[in-house]
Amino acid sequence: MSEPKGGAVSEPKGGAVNVPKGGAVSVPMVSAEGVRKRYGGHEVLCGVDLRIAPGEVCCLLGPSGSGKSTFLRCVNHLETVDGGSLRVDGALVGYVQRGDRLFELRPREVAARRREIGMVFQRFNLFPHLTALQNITEAPLRVLREPAGEVRERALALLERVGLADKAAAFPAQLSGGQQQRVAIARALAMRPKLMLFDEPTSALDPELVGDVLEVMRGLAADGMTMLVVTHEMGFAREVADTVAFLDGGRVVESGSPDEVLVNPRHERTRAFLSKVL
Amino acid sequence: MDPTSVRAVPVRHYGRWAGAAVLVVIAVLFFRALLDSPNLEPATIGQYLFKDYVLHGVGVTLLLTAVAMVLGTAGAVVLAVLRLSANPVLRGGAWAFIWFFRGTPLLVQIIFWGFLGALFPRITLSVPFVGTLFDQPTSVVVSGTTAAILALSLNEMAYAAEIVRGGILSVDRGQTEAAHALGMSPALTMRRIVLPQAMRVIIPPMGNETITMLKSTALVSVIAGHDLMTVVQGVYGNNYKVIPLLVVAALWYLALVSVLSVAQFFVERRFGRGFAAPRGGLR
Repeated sequence: MSEPKGGAVSEPKGGAVNVPKGGAVSVPMVSAEGVRKRYGGHEVLCGVDLRIAPGEVCCLLGPSGSGKSTFLRCVNHLETVDGGSLRVDGALVGYVQRGDRLFELRPREVAARRREIGMVFQRFNLFPHLTALQNITEAPLRVLREPAGEVRERALALLERVGLADKAAAFPAQLSGGQQQRVAIARALAMRPKLMLFDEPTSALDPELVGDVLEVMRGLAADGMTMLVVTHEMGFAREVADTVAFLDGGRVVESGSPDEVLVNPRHERTRAFLSKVL
Repeated sequence: MDPTSVRAVPVRHYGRWAGAAVLVVIAVLFFRALLDSPNLEPATIGQYLFKDYVLHGVGVTLLLTAVAMVLGTAGAVVLAVLRLSANPVLRGGAWAFIWFFRGTPLLVQIIFWGFLGALFPRITLSVPFVGTLFDQPTSVVVSGTTAAILALSLNEMAYAAEIVRGGILSVDRGQTEAAHALGMSPALTMRRIVLPQAMRVIIPPMGNETITMLKSTALVSVIAGHDLMTVVQGVYGNNYKVIPLLVVAALWYLALVSVLSVAQFFVERRFGRGFAAPRGGLR
């Protein structure tokens, strides 16, 4: 990335301080201000503003090409941000500020930040050469360097939690799409993330397999996990989300509670979109 | 018509039968000519096949193959990663290396390393303010075997680098993203996620490379590499029994290649895990 444009990033004093839950000031888990992203001449994100509190479940809705997935990928720095400021738990994504200058993080530092953010992909992206159990244990063993016995126990418990206790030794190719996606969720959870990102987690699944995956996600939300979910599952958004943000043309057109956005949308574009998908 | 089993006159493939007959006749004629020839000397072949110096040559050939493949593959991984680097100098350097070592005949490279002393008579390593750390005649440092290993492994690096690069590129980008999202560093991602999957694509052509290498070692006979071919040439240079000794060498090369082919089967199966559905697997 070139230098951040427009000087949009400014660090308030003490902004990076992590305030414990229940403290007087609550640092948002995700805070986006005017986030911009461009591919060549095409601007995909043109100023996204969004705040997600710890423990909140936020669903991103919008037509394809509206920038939902791109924004999600920016949150864990799979894409670099071209402008604006994007913070996770108070810390700038991909940069560190010293004085009034921004420094790009080294790959190792980026990796360290990502450990705390789980991500679930549309195409699962399980490691095909590893069994379900090895998929889950790989990162805790190699990245966190935790003891093997402990990691294995936690992984088995996670498999149990996603309803796949009997599939520990199966390779991804031997699992259905829905089972693969549940292993992928367990893999992300094994790192004990403070934020979970879901990029259209059910879009590549056969309809009858969607329910199991949503069930696991519902359970996560009930346990208080902070979740940012790009989805087309309106039922899930209405039932589980604390907030829903509708994106169009690289901007958040409107956001609020599911009732506000999905039942009584104020904006014309939201209405047009909902009339097509509902 | 009987509904349970079809009885029909099969198609007569006269063309195929004629072709097969011609082939059999040619084969019989060839092997009769071979066995009738007084110069094949099966007894001589048997006499030399297990001679200790022939076996030693086989050992050197195997050693050259193994060392050149190990060094070549290790270097190839480094070159392939450099070729995919974001830095244009690293990328260009790797490209130039591959361009040079793929672009010149292996025989030329072997002779070049064998006669390195003609270009640089002495090899000297000196550090400013410290003095000379190392100073030896080239012929002492680079013996025939060292020159052979240098030539074979540098050449192999260039070829294998492209195979490894192809393997790395064959791994879906989503795999790298998933690994990065789990907080794995680029190096760890390459080692634990990308390369093991790339192996599936890399192994078959590398098996080919190993077999080619085994036979390419015969070229080092031009710089007295002490391999099987050098030994055999030395023998028929004395007794003029060229054909029987070439058959001795050919039999050994064939036997070794057969063993390698079997090994390749098992290695491929190991790295194909999770891809080909195992017995009883779903989907």
